[in-house]
Amino acid sequence: MADERIQRVTMPKWGLSMTSGTVTDWVAAEGEEVAKGADLAEIDTDKIVGTLEAAGDGVLRRVVVAAGSAAPVGATIAVIAPPEVPDAEVDAVVDAERARLAAGAAEAEQGPAAADVAVGGRSVAYASLGAGDGDPVLLVHGFGGDKNSWLFVQEPLAADRRVIAVDLPGHGASGKDVGGGSLDELAAVLTGFLDAMGIERAHVVGHSLGGAVAVAAAARAPERVRSLTLVAPAGVGTQINADFLRGFAAADTRKGLKPHLASLFADSAQVNRRLVDDLLRYKRIDGVRQALDTLLGTLLDGDGPALDIAPLIAGVGVPVAAVWGAQDAVLPVGNADALPPSVRTRRVAGAGHMAHMEAPAEVRAAVEEAIAAAG
Amino acid sequence: MARTISYREAINEAIAQEMARDPAVIVMGEDNAGGAGGPGAEDAWGGVMGVTSGLYHRFPGRVLDTPISESAFIGAAIGAATRGMRPVAELMFVDFMGVCFDQIYNQAAKFRYMFGGNAVTPVVIRTMYGAGLRAAAQHSQALYPLFTHIPGLKVVLPSSPYEAKGLMTQAIRDDDPVVFFEHKAMYDTTGEVPEEPYTIPFGEAETAREGSDVTVVAFGGMVARALEAADALASSGIEAEVIDPRTTSPLDTETILESLAETGRLVVVDESTPRCSMAADVAALAAGEGFALLRAPVQQVTAPHTPVPFSAGLEDLYVPDAQRIANAAKAAVDWSR
Repeated sequence: MADERIQRVTMPKWGLSMTSGTVTDWVAAEGEEVAKGADLAEIDTDKIVGTLEAAGDGVLRRVVVAAGSAAPVGATIAVIAPPEVPDAEVDAVVDAERARLAAGAAEAEQGPAAADVAVGGRSVAYASLGAGDGDPVLLVHGFGGDKNSWLFVQEPLAADRRVIAVDLPGHGASGKDVGGGSLDELAAVLTGFLDAMGIERAHVVGHSLGGAVAVAAAARAPERVRSLTLVAPAGVGTQINADFLRGFAAADTRKGLKPHLASLFADSAQVNRRLVDDLLRYKRIDGVRQALDTLLGTLLDGDGPALDIAPLIAGVGVPVAAVWGAQDAVLPVGNADALPPSVRTRRVAGAGHMAHMEAPAEVRAAVEEAIAAAG
Repeated sequence: MARTISYREAINEAIAQEMARDPAVIVMGEDNAGGAGGPGAEDAWGGVMGVTSGLYHRFPGRVLDTPISESAFIGAAIGAATRGMRPVAELMFVDFMGVCFDQIYNQAAKFRYMFGGNAVTPVVIRTMYGAGLRAAAQHSQALYPLFTHIPGLKVVLPSSPYEAKGLMTQAIRDDDPVVFFEHKAMYDTTGEVPEEPYTIPFGEAETAREGSDVTVVAFGGMVARALEAADALASSGIEAEVIDPRTTSPLDTETILESLAETGRLVVVDESTPRCSMAADVAALAAGEGFALLRAPVQQVTAPHTPVPFSAGLEDLYVPDAQRIANAAKAAVDWSR
């Protein structure tokens, strides 16, 4: 029986489709003391490179999977233990894990479980991860996105509570009929989803269009929402990149789509072939084009924004936190000035519109803060 | 939601969803329901490989069993297409296409052109191709180059379940005659496929693997072997880019030339015989439009110019395998290090 103080660092499962990852770089070195939340390694999922953080305090005693090597999800890639644990004990664990890896055995996948549920005649898909006594966290993606966009946020948040990422109507694996596509209709689906899941109250996190939907849901059913974390929410301020939204909705080839995706990120190198291909696959499903066109009408009034949710935010009466990428080229960060003064906003350098992918630690911190403020 | 299904199930699902969506879609062919004139009660076959299994009872009157008379039912399917139906006709083995070739290349392929663009012929002809099943010379050929040669036909070669469903949906919705080539050794291969209907446009190649040392263009059943070869090459330090054109007509020459611009080296893998083949066609593209990009001679990996042998040992040697593809890629790389 191994010493309980020895923590195995495992290959995370960032997103439903991830089965293995490649350690591209060890940020922490062997022998280095690491604190919970410290950056450990850069990991490439094929879709995007993310940073794996330490789940606990200790010393990074051994690296099991070297930089440049791949390992299946759940495999031990390093071992953290306090300095007083003898080397021999650490090595025994490492040897056993190496042998398991060589034999092709890996931990049972701990990643999100995907399912769907009927909400008012619609099929709504979601991925649930983690468990705990507290109210769950509900993650709501933006226009053209899906539940997998939370890949770097869902797993760390789920350490001690249930975290559910949902697919809005017209998106991901949910039904593609968005009806009239109004904010109210989408918010009703969100509260209907909580009903269907038997969730009384949730901390709701929304990105872009999903941010506006989260606020509208809180305004409709204040008793269901404990806190709100808004990542570059739509409907705040007057600046919106209408060309991006229309171009994204219309693009139906790899070449047509790629430049639009580049404007989602501060670092356009984040847009690799897999990301483009996955989006193309989604966009080629029957009904998606129509859904996106309908939702364009919800987001845009001419070339300006059609939504104004700032008054709703001011009136929700629950803690609200916000995160905004300083290089957001879709809903520029200047929009954050229109948030009520009570909202603590993190403006994150080096992040674009997809702040939850480029700066997941900031988004997680904002969510933790909102949850703490809700008491 | 995407789930894992087989190539066979993916084709079945595409046809079923289009039949549900559009009453003009019908299925016809041999052994769809256990034999022409029979009760069809058992729905036993669904075609020789069971691809259309289950459709007979689900869509009463819209799955037609035909006699063994290819020229009659392919002609009927083409005629029905000119009158507003969208028939999906199954012609078991592409090897049998000769008996109804006039209907395809001189009728269906010509109508749009000869009627000044006023006629459409939305027929899909499904057919099996490829060696490896010990089915001998008359049931094993890879004859897609014959159809690629004919202007007016669209020629589709799915290499995965995802492609099979999306390309079949596109084929049924397309207003031109489409010959849909299913590799008979691939029916049980599985992959992730969305439940909902979706389309993959014709003439758009898939880059199945990225690499910067050598471009490997592989068709249909050869894509998996090219990927296998690419894995082996990677362990010896050669990164191959594998391109799956998905359709030979139209052909996505742009993606091939773009990749060639990166790598300067080209291997074309084609299960058909070498003369007037897809390998020859793509090699000619490289020698013409891509001449300045080439750093090594184009390598063509094809079957030999012989009928498909019945002898198991010879058949295994006949079909290009990962080893031959890897050797060709190495030869291209070694030419100009």
